[in-house]
Amino acid sequence: METVNLICIGCPMGCPMTVTLENGVVTGVSGNTCKRGDIYARKEVTAPTRIVTSTLRVTGSRTGAVTVPCKTKTDLPKNDIFRCMRALAGVTAKAPIHIGDVLISDVAGTGVDIVATKDVL
Amino acid sequence: MKHDLIILGGGPAGLAAAIAAYDAGVRDLLIVERDRELGGILNQCIHNGFGLHTFSEELTGPEYAARFIEGVRERNIPYVLNTMALHVSPEKAVTLLSRTDGLQTVSAKAIILAMGCRERSRGALNIPGYRPAGIYSAGTAQRLVNIEGFLPGREIVILGSGDIGLIMARRLTLEGAKVKVVAELMPYSGGLKRNIVQCLDDYGIPLKLSHTVVDIRGRKRVEGVTIAAVDAQNKPIPGTEEEYACDTLLLSCGLIPENELSREMGVSINPVTNGPVVNESLETSVPGVFAAGNVLHVHDLVDFVSEEAAAAGRAAAAYLENGETARREIPVRFEGGVRYTVPSTIDPALVRDALTVRFRVGSVMKNRIVSVWMDGERVQKKRRQIMAPGEMEEVRLTREQFDAHPGLDDLLIRVEEA
Ligand SMILES: Cc1cc2nc3c(=O)[nH]c(=O)nc-3n(C[C@H](O)[C@H](O)[C@H](O)COP(=O)(O)OP(=O)(O)OC[C@H]3O[C@@H](n4cnc5c(N)ncnc54)[C@H](O)[C@@H]3O)c2cc1C
Ligand code: SF4
Repeated sequence: METVNLICIGCPMGCPMTVTLENGVVTGVSGNTCKRGDIYARKEVTAPTRIVTSTLRVTGSRTGAVTVPCKTKTDLPKNDIFRCMRALAGVTAKAPIHIGDVLISDVAGTGVDIVATKDVL
Repeated sequence: MKHDLIILGGGPAGLAAAIAAYDAGVRDLLIVERDRELGGILNQCIHNGFGLHTFSEELTGPEYAARFIEGVRERNIPYVLNTMALHVSPEKAVTLLSRTDGLQTVSAKAIILAMGCRERSRGALNIPGYRPAGIYSAGTAQRLVNIEGFLPGREIVILGSGDIGLIMARRLTLEGAKVKVVAELMPYSGGLKRNIVQCLDDYGIPLKLSHTVVDIRGRKRVEGVTIAAVDAQNKPIPGTEEEYACDTLLLSCGLIPENELSREMGVSINPVTNGPVVNESLETSVPGVFAAGNVLHVHDLVDFVSEEAAAAGRAAAAYLENGETARREIPVRFEGGVRYTVPSTIDPALVRDALTVRFRVGSVMKNRIVSVWMDGERVQKKRRQIMAPGEMEEVRLTREQFDAHPGLDDLLIRVEEA
């Protein structure tokens, strides 16, 4: 049996959790306060993922904005984070942009879209 | 010009206060914001992790702000941008400065202070050595990267483990910079645990507790820093120095409420929080002047800022309706490592369904009970596995508890060993 100690990043409570594994299969999670912690712990020890947030360059903004903040629409496998970031580096978006607009679809072949997190007019 | 209510600051606190005041019936109100847009500090906080409590989803800073900006627009609540409040008199005359309208004085019947906070400056940190270029506060670096689209450096050392520093460690790493180390003077981090995990541990960035920067090298531009361990008196321990080559040093050494305006108008300031002393209605020592958000005490979570600010908005509406009323001021006493409480005083008659009292402790403590005593009787307790200065605590006092103690004289919040 193997145990892994984790801190849940699901919310600011930051519950300290212990996951037990048997041959790589999760057999138990303890220390979590809510269900989100359990889900996070199981994912974290098997296939960890993160939401990635960043900015893209913008042209044509009438308010003078030069960047638009954005995020991956869903979480991304941790190993794909840098590949995703490299794909963002060369992209320029055109204003006007509305919150939720897809700025890049299927970023770096991950199947995940990059969406705007702010209106840039 | 004259308004019933003027709200100073258009960040999350100002927006939530305005919406709540409007919904409580105030129609003649104005939000004053010095920036070119509403939303405050959230505009540069592009990471996710906002609004879990309020919306049960993890929003980024701009998305969280957008929901409140939308609320202000839907109600047609008037606001002015690019307008700085320069001075407020004890009679509530506000002097405004803007490029388009110049200097103007606007008077108000009630005011809500929602000016947020600013970062502690380097002067207060007392690092020896030259003052070369390449030293930024973490918040400035955040604005440069996220709003101005400019990377301040390639090889980075961060002093201080406050949340902004942790968030920037990750952000700069994602942008291709190398963050070599985060040094923290205290034996514990000032930031949220989840930020240590997802900003440092995820990227293998070392956090050195009980360490500080003792020397900065470079004349024109930072070329390197020396970090050393400190003893219990925060004095560097000789022989523990380590050199780091870097072109940029970020300082993330905490935030202080921005209360120059409040002081000028005669509002009493709590020396522990650097924010106004307030009663249960979040009213300061000047009647009709309320405070909420980071100007009142520094918050880690915007959800609580919005909640607090909405309470201030409702209280301001009640003040506009009823004027100054006779009131009691029962001090909130605290013991067992609690550093301060907000509010500082309570009139039980003015508490509606419940009152949230927020506080911070002064050191990391394990296995504690937070208890509330009314006139010597323990009315509630809750178990806390771990308490830390970096995480705000709260207790909720209910109407029933106050009703069970008519003529309350003594209210005590105490952290006890479990
Ligand atoms: C870097 C950083 C990261 C954070 N990360 C998180 C997180 O992950 N999750 C979370 O929930 N919370 C987070 N927070 C906390 C949260 O964002 C803040 O607590 C919240 O934004 C505070 O709101 P506020 O309205 O009090 O202050 P602010 O947002 O600072 O707004 C104050 C406003 O007042 C204006 N103003 C000030 N003085 C004047 C004047 N004299 N005249 C006119 N206008 C004026 C300012 O321009 C500003 O717009 C973070 C905070 C920071 C700084
Ligand atoms: S387990 Fe639940 S309460 Fe605990 S940190 Fe995770 S999400 Fe928050």
